[in-house]
Amino acid sequence: MDKGLQSEGNVNVQQMIEDKKRSKSLGEIIEKIIPWFLLLCAIVSVLTTAGILFTLLRESIGFFANVSIIDFYTGTDWSPWTGHYGVAPLIGGTLLITLIATLTAVPLGLMSAIFLSEYANDKARRVIKPILEVLAGIPTVVYGYFALTFITPMFQTFIPDLGIFNALSGGFVVGIMIIPMVASLSEDAMNSVPNALREGAYGLGATKFEVVFKVVLPAAFSGIVASIVLAISRAIGETMIVTIAAGATPNLTFNPTDSIQTMTAFIVQAATGDTTFGSTIYYSLYAVGMTLFVFTLVMNLIAQYISRRFREEY
Amino acid sequence: MLGQNEQGIKKRMEGRVLLNKILMVLFFLATTVGLVFLVLLFYRVLTQGIGYLNWNFITSFPAPYPEKAGLWAGVMGSIFLMLIVAVFAVIVGVSTAIYLEEYAKQNKFTDFIRVNIQNLAGVPSIVFGLLGLTFFVYMFNFGYTLIAGGLTMALLILPVIVVSAQEAIRSVPSEIKEASYGMGASKWQTIARVILPASIPGILTGTIIALSRAIGETAPLIIVGAATAIFTLPDSLLAKYTVMPIQIYNWTGRPQEEWQYVAGAGIIVLLAILLLMNSIAVIIRNKYQRRL
Repeated sequence: MDKGLQSEGNVNVQQMIEDKKRSKSLGEIIEKIIPWFLLLCAIVSVLTTAGILFTLLRESIGFFANVSIIDFYTGTDWSPWTGHYGVAPLIGGTLLITLIATLTAVPLGLMSAIFLSEYANDKARRVIKPILEVLAGIPTVVYGYFALTFITPMFQTFIPDLGIFNALSGGFVVGIMIIPMVASLSEDAMNSVPNALREGAYGLGATKFEVVFKVVLPAAFSGIVASIVLAISRAIGETMIVTIAAGATPNLTFNPTDSIQTMTAFIVQAATGDTTFGSTIYYSLYAVGMTLFVFTLVMNLIAQYISRRFREEY
Repeated sequence: MLGQNEQGIKKRMEGRVLLNKILMVLFFLATTVGLVFLVLLFYRVLTQGIGYLNWNFITSFPAPYPEKAGLWAGVMGSIFLMLIVAVFAVIVGVSTAIYLEEYAKQNKFTDFIRVNIQNLAGVPSIVFGLLGLTFFVYMFNFGYTLIAGGLTMALLILPVIVVSAQEAIRSVPSEIKEASYGMGASKWQTIARVILPASIPGILTGTIIALSRAIGETAPLIIVGAATAIFTLPDSLLAKYTVMPIQIYNWTGRPQEEWQYVAGAGIIVLLAILLLMNSIAVIIRNKYQRRL
């Protein structure tokens, strides 16, 4: 080769090409690796679900080796510290709280949704809706504090023999907390009802409330039911409000002025107490947790089924 | 005959219009119930807690006397915990969202991941606590430490981050994606240099909102053993810790009335931090929403 060709410039160009090749192959490697890394991250959520199922099942099976599963689900005495594991009082407590919360949130939430979607003008909706949604963002420990130190004393002025801990104020405040869930999701459902349906009814001489009750509500029915079911599921899993305000007395009762204990509140109580790892009480946490998980899972699946199956297409 | 009929219709019409008016007022009142309770809650917390709220309260460790008790361990514990949660949940959550939006093929497995994330969002937070107790506290042997709490919380808010990141990525106009491909950029180059920068405001907003949910969350941390009274700040991932909601819960549970006021003061600090976080989220959203 001619000596002149091996000038500095030439070496640099070759080097640049080499560099380019190397960096390109590096780029190709990155291009191949990245999707796998992303897939790995996506699998974390699947592993989380698997982990939840695994831990609940394994520890529950450990529990049912000591306590018969039949006694657990049919017994009516829950006093784990003396060895009685009948879960009915905890389920009863959870259902009582859920019932009170639903009776509070569904009428208020639905009426709010109707007002926002059908009566309020755009400006009012843009102010009221976000404020209402603040209710959903307040920490549950704050609601618990509010229930214990404000709602209960307020109720006590009407019901003098109401105890400090009672299902009524706990359930009521859980209801306040889930209002935005019912209101927001139902309002979305009502908003998606096409205006042509409303105009048709107005054209026939219907008043606004007739349009709401005979056209909008039936058309948005599936969305509304789904929102209610989701809110119920949220109430079942709610922990801090009922732990603070509803008491720690496993009590199979449907008297809302009684102190009760929910499944979630028991889990907190047992976890804060000196529960030794591997004891029957430790395992009972998971048996109760699994029962709770099944309740909420069924609710969520129902909600998904309703909104898929009965969705009105316009 | 005709006149009578007209009369009847007129009468019924009046009734229907009246009913419409009454119901409108009723619906409006029902809407205000939620708002009234919100105002009552803020009013109650402020009036109860303001007397105990001062700089000493924020910067003191727990104490056996209400006048000397402080929130410092909880404030710093919450901040450290949120750092762990943010790092883990953002990396995993945003990666999941990129995978689902840009790489995943339309098949059963992808559907499974989607449905799974949807269902995970509906699992009660306390069940995540049980998950953390089994895996992070006992199986990985972290014990009742910051890292165990942080990972538990990260898994809890993961679905929220994934969903908001997916929305942010989806909202990037396909024109600028096509433009990037047209310039010869590869898939990852397009994601890293076009899609992600364009969706960062949305991701940031979603992350802050998810973190503001995590910072107020109490139940799972009780299960994975956040301490109630602690006199040092966490100095490593394997240190004991407490957070603001746990301290508030602990004070609320005490029978003497003074502790209720201390709890009220703690709630004011917690709500102020939440307000700050949400305001930042709203500002980011409003600032960048217009540009896309």
